[in-house]
Amino acid sequence: MPTVDLALASLRELNATLHRLSATTNETHWHILNPRGQHSIAAGVDASILVEVDGHVGYYCAGMNKRARVIVHGNAGQGVAENMMSGRVHVEGDASQAAGASGCGGLLVIDGNASARCGISMKGIDIVVKGSVGHLSAFMAQAGNLVVLGDAGDALGDSIYEAHLYVRGAVKSLGADCVEKPMRDDHKAELRNLLDTAGLNGSVDVGEFRRYGSARKLYHFHIDNVGSY
Amino acid sequence: MCGIAGIFLKDRELEPKLGQLLAGMLGTLSDRGPDSAGFAVYGDATSDHRKLTLRAPADFDFDKLLSTLGSAVSAHQRHDTHLVITVPAARERAVVAAIENAKGVKIVGGGRRMDIFKEVGRPDKVAARFELDRMSGTHAIGHTRMATESAVTTEGAHPFSTGPDQCLVHNGSLSNHNAVRRELAREGLRFETDNDSEVAAGFLTWKMKNGASLQQAMEASLEALDGFYTFVIGTESGFGVLRDPIACKPAVMAETDRWVAFGTEYRALVDLPGIENASVWEPEPAKPYLWERH
Repeated sequence: MPTVDLALASLRELNATLHRLSATTNETHWHILNPRGQHSIAAGVDASILVEVDGHVGYYCAGMNKRARVIVHGNAGQGVAENMMSGRVHVEGDASQAAGASGCGGLLVIDGNASARCGISMKGIDIVVKGSVGHLSAFMAQAGNLVVLGDAGDALGDSIYEAHLYVRGAVKSLGADCVEKPMRDDHKAELRNLLDTAGLNGSVDVGEFRRYGSARKLYHFHIDNVGSY
Repeated sequence: MCGIAGIFLKDRELEPKLGQLLAGMLGTLSDRGPDSAGFAVYGDATSDHRKLTLRAPADFDFDKLLSTLGSAVSAHQRHDTHLVITVPAARERAVVAAIENAKGVKIVGGGRRMDIFKEVGRPDKVAARFELDRMSGTHAIGHTRMATESAVTTEGAHPFSTGPDQCLVHNGSLSNHNAVRRELAREGLRFETDNDSEVAAGFLTWKMKNGASLQQAMEASLEALDGFYTFVIGTESGFGVLRDPIACKPAVMAETDRWVAFGTEYRALVDLPGIENASVWEPEPAKPYLWERH
């Protein structure tokens, strides 16, 4: 298992090394020490590897991630897993603003709270936050799922397109064109699956969640295009 | 951009290291604000005395000024382009008038405990010029500036001090500062610059002068000030943090039994003693945070 101590090695060297890994690499488990809040740690990885970071990371950790599994044993700064394409990012502490922003795929799990604009402009990523999310979360969210076990701040889902929002706690206010929607069986099944994938196997009751989504009055929605989302 | 750092000590044993801790934080934040830097340090007070921090160009003759002021100055300490003088409280008004009449020298701030320094240049170099790492005290705030709303000048550098022992550092930009400045000017406040952050400092000073606590002044500024801001505020005994209601600018706080610290980024806090076990969190928008010494 390669271990990279960022107190000794440069971040640029680390990321370049991770970017060079081939699809058949045997170095599949990386351990990063002393992140000390540096930005862009393990950003742009495109390999089926596991990267574990011991400590708090700065901005854009695991940004643009493809296929890799990244675990942060600490907090994450702004834009963790932003524009993720696939793979899985797990923050064991809290995440700052814009977690999972513009994500196209993959799963982001945050054990603590995420602050403002979690899932802003999400385009297919699944995000499970075990704590609460700040204001303007899922702003202009296009596709994917945002699951919040705690509460949501002001203006949840403002100008939302077709992302699905599931919140267990209180929602301070809904944003423009975001409304509460009925929880049908298919939604319960979708939520069950998301919770199980996030490692919450059966410990959380899907019946405690409420679903929010687009009233479809703010954008030119046509039912024929629903399959595109 | 811009960077803010602040530290408020709970453990007296750390007081001799206050400047060293802040210098490390500002050094890290140099890349968020390479234009200029400044800081305020709350140190010891001498009873019945006031301190004034003066600033002048490098070729200014401080010795001549000191000889003019004569016995009115009971102690003085030079820090590069700045001079901190201690004067008997009863003679403060006369000393201020004499300095205001002298050409080329300005009063940056004053009070019972606050020393305040600011200069153009890379923050780590500015801190070294003033020998920040040798300063001690109970709390300190600092700023690294990337100018957006006004010119890169020493006047435009933070902290801004508009009242005794009061100062403020700001990350962001205010959109209604001209209107608020005009209102405050009608109330008799004087402003040295056309900088938006000075208006925020002036607003808090005006509120506190009219009897508001720092907490109440921070609450009032949520109503009065429009724009993006994260403020860190120092008073003689207090240390406050306030973010605008949409939390446009980044902010991280950390706390242990020995200190509370603010950094624009977590990176600024990583060398503080015991950070590994500190509670680290992001201050909530529109919520005043305040720590006070009793």
